[in-house]
Amino acid sequence: MKNAVPAAAKPKKSVKERFWEQRYLFLLLLPSLVWVILICYAPMTGLYMAFINYTPKGNGYFADLASSQFVAFDWFQYFFSTDFLIIMRNTLATSLLTLLFSFPLPIILAICLNEVKSAGMKKFVQTASYLPYFISWVIAANIFITFLSADGVINHLLMAIGLTDEQILFFQKGPYFWWIIAIANAWKVLGYNAIIYLAAVSGISQDMYEAADVDGATRVQKIWYITLPALKPTIMVLLILAIGGVLNTGFEQQLLMANDSILNYSDVLDTYAYRYGLKNGMYSYGTAVGLFKSVVSFILVMGANSLSKKFDDDNTALF
Amino acid sequence: MRTQSVSNKKKPVSDIVLDVFTVIFLALVVIICVYPFWNIFIVSINDATDAIRGGLYFLPRKLSFASYADILSRSTFMHSILVTLARTAIGTPLAVLVTTALAYVLSRKDLLFKKPITLLFIFTMYFGGGLVPYYMVLKNLGMLDSFIVFIFPNLVSVYNMILVRNYIEGMPEALFEAAKIDGANDLVVFFKLVIPLSKPIIMTIALFVAIMHWNSWFDAYLYTNSQNLKTMQSILVEILNQYQTTGANQAANRTGQGITPDSIRMAATMVATIPIIMVYPFIQKYFVKGIMLGSVKS
Repeated sequence: MKNAVPAAAKPKKSVKERFWEQRYLFLLLLPSLVWVILICYAPMTGLYMAFINYTPKGNGYFADLASSQFVAFDWFQYFFSTDFLIIMRNTLATSLLTLLFSFPLPIILAICLNEVKSAGMKKFVQTASYLPYFISWVIAANIFITFLSADGVINHLLMAIGLTDEQILFFQKGPYFWWIIAIANAWKVLGYNAIIYLAAVSGISQDMYEAADVDGATRVQKIWYITLPALKPTIMVLLILAIGGVLNTGFEQQLLMANDSILNYSDVLDTYAYRYGLKNGMYSYGTAVGLFKSVVSFILVMGANSLSKKFDDDNTALF
Repeated sequence: MRTQSVSNKKKPVSDIVLDVFTVIFLALVVIICVYPFWNIFIVSINDATDAIRGGLYFLPRKLSFASYADILSRSTFMHSILVTLARTAIGTPLAVLVTTALAYVLSRKDLLFKKPITLLFIFTMYFGGGLVPYYMVLKNLGMLDSFIVFIFPNLVSVYNMILVRNYIEGMPEALFEAAKIDGANDLVVFFKLVIPLSKPIIMTIALFVAIMHWNSWFDAYLYTNSQNLKTMQSILVEILNQYQTTGANQAANRTGQGITPDSIRMAATMVATIPIIMVYPFIQKYFVKGIMLGSVKS
């Protein structure tokens, strides 16, 4: 008999045997493995382009990589000594303004929704609120450009209530663009983020509210002393993660809504890398700017992640 | 609530203020999230020459479907709808299958090299090569300007994989052991057990992927050249760019038979939006579930 050894004393199987046992699992894994190598890791090898002066000579990508001149950190130095400040200003301004809207509004929305007694009403508002999340940035950009045009709805509204006498050309004034992107970002994720807070609100024990009722607390007091403190861990985690993602201030929205006259205000790290790297053919420079962003983002996210672990021990951290 | 306040004492002022604030805030949220679509809709079904007069806010003044007739009779636009439908119909099931298979494999406690393989995928959520190297890779793989560039890069979403993996990990272990005792191999377990039992989460990620395919424009914009690979959203981008360079007023002067470039843009926007709104009831059922699952542990 082959299986004479009792199960309890089975010798440890070799890696080879275990692999053979799991061959079907690895078969299922195979497509994903091919994907992750080609789509995720192969581009990482291309980061080498940031340290050379990549010039396509038509000998194929790898031959061109090898024959291009090594320039070390020249591209980074070039970036820091030219457009770095302006691009960082735009990136951070857009990002922080986005936070200004997209951070408190979902909390307020979740708390307000929690005050609505009618289930149908609650569902209606919620459904309406995450409609913008599902439409493409193309459609969103279309909407914003239409509404903010010279004779668009917003200008008519502002003139009707007397806030302005003449049409405001929203897309011609640089700093306005930061606000437009911030509001557009917040508009798209408002309902989505509110769901996360609603989930946290629904986890609060009803006993606390009942005890507060006995003590004669008003609803405002209950929000202030029960709901908000209960939301604090969620708020902290989402805030820290948002700070971790501060360089990810969007790409499609800028690309779709910006125009040449406000480029000095609309260009953020991602669009800048795209414009120079692909549109202008400065492959190495675009790669260097992209690499700068990836590395700083990675450090920020990792830092944010370990911070958020401190605030919440219940597994809400990313790893 | 009302009977309570009558029987106890008068509602405190702060609660009244809260009620008023809640009503105003929620009403504003609904208006801001829904009205833009309504506005675009009524302008799109209004006669274009009449629309130039402005003042269209709540209802159309002079009904006309000329813009829709025009946009839907353009072969480039109709073809782009077909491309979008094709990438959604082909890309979604493939992505769901590959992502679910990955989720199942990574959910197995006894998987060989489980930790490094998991890390291999999770790491990609936090670090990437960036746009330029990615473009170069696609170019070298010969994927540029081919339909496969819509499908292959979107086969796996690590975020979706985590949702499915968490779901599978929540299934009772005994289920899999019983199947093993019955002599089922891992392929059988995956196709006959895991897939049917994961239907709710599979539906959730299928909707996420389908909407992503429907909405994407950048891949068609950057990675394809040929006109017959343009997706609907990327045609919409072209229309939008034309609008931005020529300007609305100038465009309006070139009015033809009840259509303007502006009205075409509105109609095209609606054509891209209406399918999303139509599947919306299904989306939202699975959507809320998906976010809840994701926010528990991601």
